[in-house]
Amino acid sequence: MIRAQEIYKSFGDHLVLNNVTVEFHKGKTNLIIGQSGSGKTVLMKCLVGLYGIDQGEILYDARVFSKMTFRQKRTIRKEIGMLFQGGALFDYMTVEENIMFPLTMFSDMTLQKRKERADFCLRRVNLENANKLMPSELSGGMTKRVAIARAISLNPAYLFCDEPNSGLDPQTANVIDNLISEITREFEITTIINTHDMNSVVEIGDNIAFIYEGQLWWEGDKHQILNTDNKEINEFVFASELTRKLK
Amino acid sequence: MKLLSDIGKYLLLMKEVFVKPDKVRLFFRQMLVEFQNLGTDSLGIVIIISVFVGAVVALQTAYNIDSPLIPLTMVGFTTRQSIILEFSPTMISLVLAGKVGSRIASEIGTMRVTEQIDALEVMGINPANFLIQPKVFAAVIINPILITLSIGFALFGGWMGCVLTGSVTSNDYITGLQFWFEPFTITYALIKTSVFAFIITSVSGFHGYQTKGGALEVGNASTKAVVYSSILIIISNLILTQLLLA
Ligand SMILES: Nc1ncnc2c1ncn2[C@@H]1O[C@H](COP(=O)(O)OP(=O)(O)OP(=O)(O)O)[C@@H](O)[C@H]1O
Ligand SMILES: [Mg+2]
Repeated sequence: MIRAQEIYKSFGDHLVLNNVTVEFHKGKTNLIIGQSGSGKTVLMKCLVGLYGIDQGEILYDARVFSKMTFRQKRTIRKEIGMLFQGGALFDYMTVEENIMFPLTMFSDMTLQKRKERADFCLRRVNLENANKLMPSELSGGMTKRVAIARAISLNPAYLFCDEPNSGLDPQTANVIDNLISEITREFEITTIINTHDMNSVVEIGDNIAFIYEGQLWWEGDKHQILNTDNKEINEFVFASELTRKLK
Repeated sequence: MKLLSDIGKYLLLMKEVFVKPDKVRLFFRQMLVEFQNLGTDSLGIVIIISVFVGAVVALQTAYNIDSPLIPLTMVGFTTRQSIILEFSPTMISLVLAGKVGSRIASEIGTMRVTEQIDALEVMGINPANFLIQPKVFAAVIINPILITLSIGFALFGGWMGCVLTGSVTSNDYITGLQFWFEPFTITYALIKTSVFAFIITSVSGFHGYQTKGGALEVGNASTKAVVYSSILIIISNLILTQLLLA
């Protein structure tokens, strides 16, 4: 469980997060949705500590993350996997080295063991035999999958995904969504996903937080979101002609 | 004002860079890689420039001595002094600031804008330490070696220039080279080189690390890295010369 408690974040005099309180549950795919520029990425970066918050608290289970020093945060960070929007693979390492990197840094596993773990993670994302490729040789969808493999290599308890399927075709996007939601259930991970893809919302939204103008505007699951009469939600969800027709 | 805040940011970054590495074994492995990237890869350009400039320095000295009272052995002597004191440590370091500095800034800048640095940080790794420290140590060790080679090749270039044009005999040149040799000049050159190596790598690392935005900003960062390290090299050259030779 991860909990943000009344957090505020501003850049200069631009208030981006305005008193956000939200909870993300274990073994569930927790979605953060909202318009472009509403503060989803900022919220996620605050949760993992890439941005400091101005006020409030961030809790990982019972641990107050936002009050820790860099060294103390490290114990929690070893339990975090993160999938960045562009993949953020290390471009001078092969796919296999990328996946083994967290293991090399933080475990005492032998090279043999690390290779086996990398193979396992690659198999999990359906990318056998990609071990020796360089990141520049991967397609967008493959990059995302390798990034997922790297994120899960240390068996994380918390998984963060910033727009995991943006820029992918609908079919590949679906594959990625299902992959993340399977992994979440299989390993009992607390998964948090930033998205504005309505398909993901109705497919895998166990718990959805809608951010509007820097505030938590609405919370619910994939069934509730289709039936709510909240005006801003409806404008967001049924933005296109097609979805309005479907409703 | 901007300058002061940049200096402050630079010092804060250095505080993060110079701590014990997370994995010492990995640090040494990375340093070996940097020996290659920053050192052996620069060998070619260092040798070419050294040989040619050495030849030019010797020939110009020879042409400028037209008094029969000054012996031609002075050509070897003067060439040696200018190469060791100024040309190799300072000029070659400036060339390396261009080559190595832009490389470091664009490498780290690209890692910043593609969120690779964020990825390191989320993993619980200190990115400044992990990325910049091996480069600084590698350059501080390898640049003095490059400069020593440069001195050798420049003196050889001078000899070649003299002999090929016939302006000074091989014997005169070599006698001049050995004339009134102060070993401290070499120490002075190597100290300067190490300081310059530190400036090049840390300043370029800093500019790469501070990059925000995209490809355009990475380009800007790499330009700034070269400009600032060159200026700092020139300024510290003056200070070091005062401190060490005065
Ligand atoms: N480092 C920063 N410095 C200043 N302002 C920032 C910074 N990062 C984000 N912002 C501002 O915060 C607001 C929210 O940005 P954020 O990236 O969180 O949007 P988002 O919801 O993730 O949008 P998208 O769906 O397009 O990714 C924007 O107005 C942006 O200008
Ligand atoms: Mg975003």
